[in-house]
Amino acid sequence: MTVTIPALGYADLRRLMDLQLGDEKHTPSATSTLDVIWVLYDRILRIDPDRTGDPDRDRFVLSKGHGPMAYYAVLAAKGFFDVETLRSFGRYASALGHHPDRNLVPGVEISSGSLGHGLGIAVGMAVGLRARRSPARVFCLVGDAELDEGSNHEAIAFAGRARLDNLSVVAVDNQSSSYGWPGGLAARFSLEGWSSTTVDGRDHAALERAFDVAHAGRPRAVIAMVESKA
Amino acid sequence: MSVSMRDRFYATAEELVGTDERIAVVLADIGTGRMPAAERAHPDRVINVGIREQLMVGVAAGLAMTGFRPIVHSYAPFAVERPFEMLKLDLSHNDVGAIVVSVGASYDAAANGRTHQTPEDVALLSALPGWRIYVPGHPTEADHLLRAAARTDDRVYLRLSDQSNQLARPIKPGRLHLERRGRDATVIATGPLLDATLEATADLDVTVLYMTTAQPFDADTLRASLTGDLVVLVEPYLAGTSSAEVATALADEPHRIAAIGVPNVEHRKYGTWREHNAAHGLDARGIRARILRALGRTT
Repeated sequence: MTVTIPALGYADLRRLMDLQLGDEKHTPSATSTLDVIWVLYDRILRIDPDRTGDPDRDRFVLSKGHGPMAYYAVLAAKGFFDVETLRSFGRYASALGHHPDRNLVPGVEISSGSLGHGLGIAVGMAVGLRARRSPARVFCLVGDAELDEGSNHEAIAFAGRARLDNLSVVAVDNQSSSYGWPGGLAARFSLEGWSSTTVDGRDHAALERAFDVAHAGRPRAVIAMVESKA
Repeated sequence: MSVSMRDRFYATAEELVGTDERIAVVLADIGTGRMPAAERAHPDRVINVGIREQLMVGVAAGLAMTGFRPIVHSYAPFAVERPFEMLKLDLSHNDVGAIVVSVGASYDAAANGRTHQTPEDVALLSALPGWRIYVPGHPTEADHLLRAAARTDDRVYLRLSDQSNQLARPIKPGRLHLERRGRDATVIATGPLLDATLEATADLDVTVLYMTTAQPFDADTLRASLTGDLVVLVEPYLAGTSSAEVATALADEPHRIAAIGVPNVEHRKYGTWREHNAAHGLDARGIRARILRALGRTT
């Protein structure tokens, strides 16, 4: 396993996010994912910014491409690209758009923005990695409102039946779904055969423990509760 | 009668799964059980996601991102129209490849009604950059195009049809095939409409080009073969789907285009594809009438 030596730490992330101006409407969306993405990159994912093409790297799939400022801040902090690049956020010739593009940003696994695409692709990655007998795992971040998109439920149902235990979904829940999820999101995943747990999305130790729980034979869903989108 | 394009596809896809470990087939219930040996031997690479066409394309994209060459297969409305945004984003925008193989071209499934009729498919995919769109007119051509596509990482749409020409031509992917030279006009016959076009023009002095690759359009061969100022485009899908390509190819040449194809109307009829062809003027008689009119003749 290759260990990435962090160039910057969690305490730097807010400053790095503040370098990215012009998409303030998505600030709540960005801040909601900040801790989850940090914990994944800092403690969970087996990836190396110097070997982004390693076929056996873990994959992080940001399905909810809205508000990628937190994502870009974490990638910069972890050395995937230079921190100064953050200042170009949203400019014409920048690699960093208001939705991420895998063809422009080192370390970004999928181009996202339109909601309801990442989980299907993540399922395909998990199927492919399993077929290749790869030890790599796939982690997909979705939002609770994003789960309104029906395409996600095609993926959730199939992943459960296919027993994709190399796939984890972290659903960041800031209660922004228009009609909510009666019974809670975890129940939705459990019904489809997933290993599901709900944690405080700001508690790094709790998030790390949730991602460490064994889930042999089943995909895993971590519902990360954060403050409500005001 | 030779085996159908569809049956030939299943046999070849099954063979490719067995011989090329990059090949993975993604189905949404359509086509399950048609590649039994591959399904038994390689269940990890013949994947049925159920009736979930958006997921079908997403899974194909994920497979491509992990080193596979996915073949996606369903009826045309469910392979193209239902998951269109997935084709645009999961494949095109992410810049990964797949081979999308459809059956049920235009109104092959006429009796099933409008829900299963898709004369829009090539126009839709032509609106996305970088797709190779193959419209074979014979099972042997379809097989050739599938094998050629499997050797690349391109985004390919392979449009299989029940309609078929009697004989395969020695086609090359990406190229128009010169079927016949004439002096009065240039007729481009697309895929399964070649036989009807040849019958329609049997006694006319026209050049006939045979198109099995709609995108990218072979402008070079058209320019090199141009005969007169009239180009007749005969397409088994929406009329004029490739008109802009012809116009662009001939931007420096005075020319007229007569686009013969399926009209863009809500056609509430059932029956067979032959009846629909006749209704739309896409049988030999209808094609001939349109070409004569374009030539300014009555007979």
